[in-house]
Amino acid sequence: MTTVVTPNKALTVDPLKVSQPMGAVLALLGIDRSLPLEHGAQGCTAFSKVFFTRHFREPIPLQTTAMDHSVTVMGADASVVTALATIAENHHPDLIGLVTTGLSETQGADILRTVREFRLAYPHFSEVAVVAINAPDTVGCLESGYALALEALVEELVPVGRRAGQRPQQVNVLAGSLLTPGDIEVLGEWIAAFGLTPCFLPDLGSSLDGRLTPLGFSNLTVGGSRLADIATMGEAAATLVIGPSLQRAADRLRERTGVPDYRFDGLLGLMACDRFTATLAAIAHRSVPEVIERQRAQLLDAMVDGHLQFGGARVGVAADPDLLGMWVTFLSDLGIETVAAVAAARGDGLARLPIETVTVGDLEDLETAARAAGAQLIIANSHAAEPARRLRVPLLRAGFPLYDRLGAYARRWVGYSGSRQALFDIANLLAEQRPGIAPHRSIYWNDTPRAAEWSVGAG
Amino acid sequence: MNAQEIQRLLDEPACAHNQSAKSGCAKGKPGATQGGCAFDGAQIALLPIADAAHIVHGPIGCAGSSWDARGTRSSGPTLYRTGMTTDLSNIDVVMGRGEERLFFSVKEAIEKYQPAAVFIYSTCVTALQGDDLGAVAKAASERWGVPVVPVDCAGFYGGKNFGNRIAGDVLCRHVIGGREPEPVPASAQRPGVTVHDINLIGEYNIVGEFWQVAPLFDELGLRILCTLSGDARFREVQWMHRAEVNMVVCSKAMLNVARQLHEQYATPYFEGSFYGIADTSSALRGFARLLDDPALTARTEALIAREEAQTRAELARWAERLTGKRALIFSGGVKSWSIISALQDLGITVVASGTEKSTEEDRARIRELMGEETRMIDDNDQAALMATCRDYGADILIAGGRYLQAALKSGIPFLDINHERDFGYAGYSGIVELARQLAHAISSPIWPQIHRPAPWRCH
Repeated sequence: MTTVVTPNKALTVDPLKVSQPMGAVLALLGIDRSLPLEHGAQGCTAFSKVFFTRHFREPIPLQTTAMDHSVTVMGADASVVTALATIAENHHPDLIGLVTTGLSETQGADILRTVREFRLAYPHFSEVAVVAINAPDTVGCLESGYALALEALVEELVPVGRRAGQRPQQVNVLAGSLLTPGDIEVLGEWIAAFGLTPCFLPDLGSSLDGRLTPLGFSNLTVGGSRLADIATMGEAAATLVIGPSLQRAADRLRERTGVPDYRFDGLLGLMACDRFTATLAAIAHRSVPEVIERQRAQLLDAMVDGHLQFGGARVGVAADPDLLGMWVTFLSDLGIETVAAVAAARGDGLARLPIETVTVGDLEDLETAARAAGAQLIIANSHAAEPARRLRVPLLRAGFPLYDRLGAYARRWVGYSGSRQALFDIANLLAEQRPGIAPHRSIYWNDTPRAAEWSVGAG
Repeated sequence: MNAQEIQRLLDEPACAHNQSAKSGCAKGKPGATQGGCAFDGAQIALLPIADAAHIVHGPIGCAGSSWDARGTRSSGPTLYRTGMTTDLSNIDVVMGRGEERLFFSVKEAIEKYQPAAVFIYSTCVTALQGDDLGAVAKAASERWGVPVVPVDCAGFYGGKNFGNRIAGDVLCRHVIGGREPEPVPASAQRPGVTVHDINLIGEYNIVGEFWQVAPLFDELGLRILCTLSGDARFREVQWMHRAEVNMVVCSKAMLNVARQLHEQYATPYFEGSFYGIADTSSALRGFARLLDDPALTARTEALIAREEAQTRAELARWAERLTGKRALIFSGGVKSWSIISALQDLGITVVASGTEKSTEEDRARIRELMGEETRMIDDNDQAALMATCRDYGADILIAGGRYLQAALKSGIPFLDINHERDFGYAGYSGIVELARQLAHAISSPIWPQIHRPAPWRCH
């Protein structure tokens, strides 16, 4: 049982946390031909847009209800209706994701009622789906906002029914925010290797995988889960749920459809990957394909090759709860000690991590704990570059945002091959850090040519 | 080198088994031989002389696959790590240009790198074509005024041990006695402490591990004139003849240096090791005994008492994880017994020891330490070694890097004690590091994961 502690301090320093609305927006960016609409001041959206543009190096479709001081006081429902109508009129999206922010939540906006008003006022836009997501940034973090969006998407887009298994080759994947677009690609190949067809919700792997399209710039998302496919989720043979934060979204999907689900905390490391592979084999009624067996054997080999470096190694990790949990479990499997674990917010999986304490805090907390425990490596987002530099330890970049490494969003962390590469990276970063034994300079070298060498520097 | 020369070197009167089967110097059996050649052995012995240039005279095979591979460390110059070879081509061999090329290679090395000396090593091809290394060395040395030392060590002369012996012989004939030591610096003199000059022969300062022991020598008032050859300088080798006592640290292969210094300069010598508490203390007592200085003896005993108490206190935290564990050692030469003593300090039972390169005396030491029933493994067959590991219920295999992969891939925990290793185990602090590494290796969480069958293979 892990103790989750919240430091008693007023000031957050070097924030780790990214807001809930941004998590909701991220999920919506994984739906094809969609446009997320933040209900707040225009700055919220501008920040979100820049944030995701830097991370993914892609244009990010995102709109705002542009609340001003007048509607903030007098009520902004009309702004929402106008925004929805304008977007429907101008861009003809398949989906508009209406996401509240701290401002509209504090104001007391009732977005579900406002969406009904929009429907009454503009019946001719009935083809445009609208999903309303309450995601105040006064609680949670990117991960929980993302999970809220998934819950709302399931409620809105997956019809109630009892037709599970009518598409015996289809498996749904509720893909948590701990997965990168590269990870989604891995999952697609993993599932396809068993002759199964994945239906991702959301599918960042086909929307933000970073590719030039003939469309050039688009006001809507290009790629992602298609609404027509989401509507078939009730007919799938099974649902795979990746990330503890998606429990409620997974519950909703199962309640609506009766499709059995299998839930995974993470897919990094041998044990987690084995469970996933075994699940796929059971769903597909197939033996494990040679290509998967081979990747597994390669991971085993890497674990053996690296293990002498891992015993007693000390690492600090900071991330959203699901990602933190995945890393901490992986490190523990390798014999590496997580000496500092900081989560951006509370999360369902934190209490069952294989470490004694998790701090809900910021990168200052990480830095303090890592320094106290003599961490040799930090795993966190790009904001940890400066703390890592002060600690004089390397940083393995993971999470949101990753703005100082090209292609970070495309990294394939999960699966046997991804785990192997993560293991290699950790081993190499640790090896570069090893201080070695300091030369002893004998007193009997004083005033001899040996003494002159010292100013030149040791080899 | 002609047959008579080889025979002269094979005849080492100081070696206890000079008249017997010479297991340590045995010829390789075609089809069933592993281990390095005479060139390898000679280069290993001399390469740590850090301010010298080391030129391998031959085609690329010899230097290309061996340079920059040793773990020896220098506190000053790094020239020894610069790989140098004449890299002979077909044309050089056919046209007999080897000597000329070597001569100009020496010139370039001197002009570009200003070495304190140049060691030139013959290899199979250049020995076969009859290049006169001695003549080239003499000419080059006279022409450029830098000592050039010919090391005639073609691989086909014999094995690695024999190469070590060639290296020692070369130093005795060409280098030692060439210079007088500097006076003890006034600033290093302490009242009541008579400074004694000593040499260490066969200590290679792997990963800098000797620096863990060196401060003790300063404290005792023992000035190390030269360590042959870890972190050594050429001039220090030149004045080795002025030591009052020599200690032969690693294997009998360099015993010829100690023996010749004894014959020519009446310097007494003893053999010992710095692996483990017992051996380290015994080595320090060895100096006190041969130097016969009561004040030194008193200082030595006080130092030993202090260091042993501190080391045992530090070992206590690892004892629980190590006591009662079973180890199999497979390492040639001196390590086959010196490590046994270190392991026994840790409460580990040594169930069998490899004796591939061990001499008769090494074997006697093993019997003395472990009892007559100890199984000694001569077989060089890796599969047989792994089977032995399992038969004896070994918890860990301790061996050189060559066996590492075979052991690890067979799922047997492993610790590397040869020169390729990453950690220093010498001296009192080294045994604590050894304990730490052993504990981590044995209890790494990867082993249960490796041994557990994939879940889809359980039934």
